[in-house]
Amino acid sequence: MTTEHFPILQVVLPLLAAPVCLLIRHPRRCWWLAMTVSAATLVISVILISTVYASGPIVYHLGSWAAPWGIEYRIDRLNSLVLLIVSGIGSVVLLFAHGSLGFEVKRSRQYIFYTAWMLCLCGLLGMCATGDLFNIFVFLEISSLSMYLMIALGYEHRALNAVFSYLVMGTIGATFFLIGVGLLYALTGTLNLVDLSNRLEPIAGSPTVLTAFAFIILGIGIKAAVFPLHWWLPDAYRYAPNSATALLACTASKVAVYLIIRFVYDLFGPGFSFKSVQLTEVLLAAGVSATLLMSTVAVFQNDIKKMFAYSSVAQVGYMVIGISLASVAGVTAALLHMFNHAVIKSALFMALGTAFVRTGGFSIDQIQGMGRYMPWTMAALLVAGLSLVGVPLTAGFVSKWYLILAAIEHDYLWLAIIVVAGSLLTLAYVWRVIEAGYFKPIPNHIEQRREAGAGLLVPLWILVLANLYFGIDTSLTLGAAHGAARALLGIAQ
Amino acid sequence: MNPELHLILCIATPLLGAGGILAAGQRPNLREAITLSTAVTLFALVLALNLHPEPYSPTARPFEIFPALTIAFSLEPLGLLFSVVSSGLWIVTSVYSIGYMRGNREKHQTRFYFFFAVSIAAAQGVALADNLFTLFIFYEALTLCTYPLVAHKGNDNALRGGRVYLGLLLTTSIGFLLVAMVWTWQLAGSLQFVEGGLLTGRLEGGTLLALLALYLFGIGKAALMPFHRWLPAAMVAPTPVSALLHAVAVVKAGVFTVLKVTVYIFGLDTLFQSNAAAVMMWVAAATLLLASVTALRKDNLKARLAYSTISQLSYVTLGAMLATSMGVVGGAYQIAAHALAKITLFFCAGAIYVAAHKSEVSQLDGLGRVMPFTFGAFFVASLSIIGIPPLAGSWSKWYLMLGAAESQHWAMIVVLIISSLLTIAYLMPVPLRGFFAGSGNDNQGFQWRNVREAPGTCVVPLCLTALACAVLFFLGDSLYRLILPIAGQQ
Amino acid sequence: MIDFGNIIYWVVVFLMMTGLYLVLASGNLIKKVVGLNIFQSSVFILYISLGKIAGGTAPIFAEGIERYANPLPHVLILTAIVVGVATTAVALALAVRIYAVYGSVEEADIEKQEVDAD
Repeated sequence: MTTEHFPILQVVLPLLAAPVCLLIRHPRRCWWLAMTVSAATLVISVILISTVYASGPIVYHLGSWAAPWGIEYRIDRLNSLVLLIVSGIGSVVLLFAHGSLGFEVKRSRQYIFYTAWMLCLCGLLGMCATGDLFNIFVFLEISSLSMYLMIALGYEHRALNAVFSYLVMGTIGATFFLIGVGLLYALTGTLNLVDLSNRLEPIAGSPTVLTAFAFIILGIGIKAAVFPLHWWLPDAYRYAPNSATALLACTASKVAVYLIIRFVYDLFGPGFSFKSVQLTEVLLAAGVSATLLMSTVAVFQNDIKKMFAYSSVAQVGYMVIGISLASVAGVTAALLHMFNHAVIKSALFMALGTAFVRTGGFSIDQIQGMGRYMPWTMAALLVAGLSLVGVPLTAGFVSKWYLILAAIEHDYLWLAIIVVAGSLLTLAYVWRVIEAGYFKPIPNHIEQRREAGAGLLVPLWILVLANLYFGIDTSLTLGAAHGAARALLGIAQ
Repeated sequence: MNPELHLILCIATPLLGAGGILAAGQRPNLREAITLSTAVTLFALVLALNLHPEPYSPTARPFEIFPALTIAFSLEPLGLLFSVVSSGLWIVTSVYSIGYMRGNREKHQTRFYFFFAVSIAAAQGVALADNLFTLFIFYEALTLCTYPLVAHKGNDNALRGGRVYLGLLLTTSIGFLLVAMVWTWQLAGSLQFVEGGLLTGRLEGGTLLALLALYLFGIGKAALMPFHRWLPAAMVAPTPVSALLHAVAVVKAGVFTVLKVTVYIFGLDTLFQSNAAAVMMWVAAATLLLASVTALRKDNLKARLAYSTISQLSYVTLGAMLATSMGVVGGAYQIAAHALAKITLFFCAGAIYVAAHKSEVSQLDGLGRVMPFTFGAFFVASLSIIGIPPLAGSWSKWYLMLGAAESQHWAMIVVLIISSLLTIAYLMPVPLRGFFAGSGNDNQGFQWRNVREAPGTCVVPLCLTALACAVLFFLGDSLYRLILPIAGQQ
Repeated sequence: MIDFGNIIYWVVVFLMMTGLYLVLASGNLIKKVVGLNIFQSSVFILYISLGKIAGGTAPIFAEGIERYANPLPHVLILTAIVVGVATTAVALALAVRIYAVYGSVEEADIEKQEVDAD
């Protein structure tokens, strides 16, 4: 086997592992298989990103059918970064799932969870890797359907209602996307992204293109939970098993944001998106409202998991703001935050999942005094929380810095102030958690007052340390984000 | 010693000490010994910084976060001054806090000493920062690691105070200072402290005022009104914390940053020629007077001292905004002089609380006669803050007035004089009541029958710092020569 | 006056709106699933009509066949139909589970039970 098949191998491996999981049924063996496959995808994406940086984009033709007839997989600076996020953080979260799943999902059902996980991984990686519009739709649905399954395995029966709303919204979003794809195909007769982009240029003024653009952005916007299309998200995040929430938060919404970037900057091109359609105003309004409103809502949540779920919507708002600015600094900020927020939020949700093992719930009263009997878990919450706020030397600071920089570059001082106002609201809700965890007395009903096991703490702290590492050494993240942003805006490297 | 290593050691020593304190948590005597020896070592290290042949050149660069944004340390006169003041006073405060914490049987003492040491490390980082970014990191670290000290008692009152403290300091620093920094970075491409000013010639008019306001309000630790509420809120902390951190390290880190930004980011010439500085100077003058008036109306001794601190801090900001060399010298001098005097006053307040459990000014009648050393020190330190020779505070007032005259802001001279009068009015009642009030009344003597001076570990440090107020007066000239080069006159 | 050449699009839009309305306005979970199906069907019709050419035959390569329909959209929509069936299956399975827990598939009932439980 040569490296040339890696782009497809990464997608096919989890796809093949899924039915095998279904057949094995034994939870531990399923996990081993899933973990091996997940680690393999991580290795592949590391190889892919280094190849892309060494020798430019990788183009792979499925079954050797040349584009635009065959399906093309195209790995460039942008999606190699997203592939790395999905496979890397996905692997760490899977490591965590091994320890945490036992507390939430019955043993007899765990194999379903791993099967769904593999399908979801396949869908997410496929969405990133493919260069074919219809392929994106198929992978989108694969990942969505498997995600519904994972959330439905949540131990509270409200999970079922949450999934149902998510399913309805998700299906509407995917169908919108499908309509947009159909319209573009009717116009150009091609589904290949590169080919399509070239053919769209001369007919950019056509109302059909506009309609297709609107349907596609709306459809993906629902998936990415761009405000105000977010309302399925808080419940879905809240009632999913903790490891699934971490996976959702760090990968699913990020891939959707990636797709928005891909379509806005690559497929339709910044000239169309920002001059003909004036997307800046729309996205800016959505991003700013998300940041301010959703952070405010988060401040008043008494359920910490829900608080962080609303916070996710707010943080997607930051990425949307970055995208809307249509400049290198803005896109760099959006990509940086995509990466950093994946690291931050998955750490936070994993810390909550670890706390859940002893507290049995997510309400702010239940974690009181946790710093005393679970010092490592609470410290993880503290560090990841500060990173979410954007304190220097954490990952969150770097993306906030670039976002403010992008705003000031556009002479939007007000936007810079809104960005930091969002940070302060973040501080307000993060601090409620910290204060309860460190300075309040332990409630009486907590029986087992000791730290969780290493199986949970090790993956958690891998991500917490990643938060610190990417706050200090930014050469990898910043280099990748900056390179991708320059490529998207057509500025020579 | 290698000068770069020397700089790093100045920050690492208290951190190592903090580690030792944590390790020795179960054995109080060993723990306190570690605190004290770390404090002495640090002070010796900082003093030795002076011995390098080229004192202001060493630079240490551990790493670069992203292009033109490095973490680096270097030594320059203002930083040296702040570093010496904060590390020197840590020794006396350590002695004092051992007496205070044990005398009051406080809980969680290990946590207390640990965060105290970490805070000192952060203060050293602020002092030795080579660029604004490094300074910002340690500035934020200082906020975060003083929070557990403020909320030390853990009851609702302490938590509420802590929330205000953290909320205001982080709001201003993230909300304004960070934006100002990014803006500066965008304008100048770096955040390096440059002699003569990084932004010289890069902006003017309204933009200059906007950026200056972002900086001055953003440096919340300088307690410019209306962002001063955190300082009284921080008074829920145990007294040694109020003494060292909220009279010296934290607040001085604030005004120190103001001076650094004025001198090295904006440049005195740029500010002198613009109206922006004059606008902010009036904000400082208003803070100075309003805080003094508020202090007059506070009966609680620590609250009165807190408002006094707000007022005195504005002297530094005002000096910086005069944008003349004398103004900067006066401001720098004020950092040292006010630190010594205010720490004495807080030590006295704490000693009174330990000995007599009194915290209101109106309850102190006649107490001075049984606690002569404490009230005597209070008297000396008050005189220094008012600005009466031969005490340290007189120099800072002198240079500030010179600066005001130099830039022909005559109104500022009036403000300074009124403020001195107000200072007399709110500080003097304490020793006067202590020594003279109710002297004809036998009941008073009866009331204090069982009261004695606080333990030696409390009284000795406060006498030492009161004495230092006088000593610093005679070091006026050397301090002047230390600061003057950076203010633009050789 | 409606342009009859585009009548297929009017059908698509009508079905789409009917489906969406049903999804959003109905409080019954099963009816929501029905609405989703109608909504998706409209897109299927859209795709099928894209490939169809007036007078075209099936795309079989044989003697005498010159005009034939574009097979690609039909193939695509076959995939989308499969996806739609899978989604419907998941949605109905969820409805069954919800019915088992709450004894109802009416949103109002479920919500009332949840509020009572809090």
